[in-house]
Amino acid sequence: MSGMKIFSVARGVSSFLRPAVPALSSHARNKYVYVNDKEDAMDWNSLTERAANAMFWTEIARGHMVSLAHLFKEPATINYPFEKGPLSPRFRGEHALRRYPSGEERCIACKLCEAICPAQAITIEAEERADGSRRTTRYDIDMTKCIYCGFCQEACPVDAIVEGPNFEFSTETHEELLYNKEKLLDNGDKWESEIASNIHADHLYR
Amino acid sequence: MRKASKWYPDAEFMKQFSGVVLYPNEKAPTSAEKPHHWTPEGLVEKERKVKTMTINFGPAHPAAHGVLRLILEMDGEIVVRADPHIGLLHRGTEKLIEYKTYVQALPYFDRLDYTSVLCNEQVYCLAVEKLLNIDVPIRAKYIRTMLGELARLLNHMVALGCHILDVGAITPFFWIFEEREKMYEFNERVSGGRFHSCYFRPGGVSQDLPLGFLADLHDFICKFHHRMDELEDMVTENPIWKDRTIGICVISAEDALNYGCTGVMLRGSGIKWDLRVTQPYDAYDLVDFDVPIGSHGDLYDRYLCRVRECRESCRIIEQCINQMPEGDIKVDDLKISPPPRAEMKKSMEAVIHHFKLFSQGFAVPPGATYTAIEAPKGEFAVYLVSDGGTRPYRCRIRPASFIHLALMDKLCRGHFLADVVACIGTLDVVFGDVDR
Repeated sequence: MSGMKIFSVARGVSSFLRPAVPALSSHARNKYVYVNDKEDAMDWNSLTERAANAMFWTEIARGHMVSLAHLFKEPATINYPFEKGPLSPRFRGEHALRRYPSGEERCIACKLCEAICPAQAITIEAEERADGSRRTTRYDIDMTKCIYCGFCQEACPVDAIVEGPNFEFSTETHEELLYNKEKLLDNGDKWESEIASNIHADHLYR
Repeated sequence: MRKASKWYPDAEFMKQFSGVVLYPNEKAPTSAEKPHHWTPEGLVEKERKVKTMTINFGPAHPAAHGVLRLILEMDGEIVVRADPHIGLLHRGTEKLIEYKTYVQALPYFDRLDYTSVLCNEQVYCLAVEKLLNIDVPIRAKYIRTMLGELARLLNHMVALGCHILDVGAITPFFWIFEEREKMYEFNERVSGGRFHSCYFRPGGVSQDLPLGFLADLHDFICKFHHRMDELEDMVTENPIWKDRTIGICVISAEDALNYGCTGVMLRGSGIKWDLRVTQPYDAYDLVDFDVPIGSHGDLYDRYLCRVRECRESCRIIEQCINQMPEGDIKVDDLKISPPPRAEMKKSMEAVIHHFKLFSQGFAVPPGATYTAIEAPKGEFAVYLVSDGGTRPYRCRIRPASFIHLALMDKLCRGHFLADVVACIGTLDVVFGDVDR
């Protein structure tokens, strides 16, 4: 529907109905073209045509026809909270920390995300756990500093920190947007199916 | 029956209005046009002096395109002096970049001219590549050219839509922004971010185009011509639009050169200058397009140039889609571009490169470069100095809007207040770009 040409006056008809919109030319390479260098022609034919245009308000009528035609077009708006626009698998939204299927958290505290973050929004502290593996004790992201560039998920060697498909996480206070490790892991659990399918959809390009 | 008769203003009545009418010309009122003053003895001539009034336009004015604050000295409705105040969106980008690695500095460019995001990234990537002395793969060049032109469309949609809106027609604005929304969906699909794409990288682009992207883009571009036709049907020949734009805010070719105009501001005055033609970058030497040139240097010619540039951008995008070559999308050098993920999981060497690139970044040989591209607003350039480390020693950004904003006073002097708004529209200023 949106691709249809809803109103047009064919180029062939008299210039009374449609004054010349310069046609696209495609011959000589990288040519400069003047868009408005012609003086109005003063022969009788064009004089009467201009007079008729002015008298009958043809430009205004044409504009009205175009906007009238738009009345019958399918509206472009969507009913937002109930309908949402399309999102690609690459969309960079709210962060999440993922887990392995066994339930073990993926993040190994290599701090690459902390190093690459241009906004310095990520803070990590790490310690050796009782079982000898290296894990974070603290993983904070200041979501108000974050610029959603996606460098952290690009840097992560184990796909632990990802930017998920969620973009509706507004809060009423600043403090609620200072995410800690618990909140990020929660996000990961909540969005895991979407995140996993997105990563799978995009795995050929990564 | 009511014995009323209709009274029409007669010659004598009309005489009292024959005084000064505020009109934008430099001619001083003659004695015959001196204003009259009513006294019990009748109308007498009176010398009146109109003091100019200084008003504040913006920084929160809906027509001020962001945080522009204009101090206008007004003589009635005529602008005597326009003084743009800037700095309300200053973030110190140039200084910040000195403390970031070359890749980390990239998202800062998204936030300069936020209506033509990918063009900003393009100039930065070209500058870094020039310092690194590398050549990017041909596919990456085509992708960059194509998306750069998509950015040009996005920018001109805002410029045209807001310009028309500022002059008084709101309808085309909605149609145009519907198209813009579709273009941002393309942006989101290819890079993951709608506005701030962060997609180009020094050495290529970050990810390959998703499958089916080119087909959908082709589909969109085919239909986009009709939307431009609709816009032109509505606006181009409209007598109100022509009255409001022809002969307003004229800048001569000489002045345009002297004031350092670039882009449409320069071409609208009739100077044949386009960096895509004079010093082609990326794949611009492989595609065929025309560059529109105006002749009068007024608002109308610049509008025509922008409309025509949109159509030419469509042509370039079409050609890029048709000629899109196979191959790599970033340089095959693990010292500059990170290895693919699958390789990084298997090879120790790739892991080391990955860690090195994302923690320290790549080192750039010492040198300096001034790299300029034809951004939608004009010449957008980066002067990058490297001292051999992994961070730029200095990064000076040459925005187009900032230089065009300096024309404000010259263009607006002697025009109506309503033309100031149209002038801001045609200068196409974006404050992320002006204040940096």
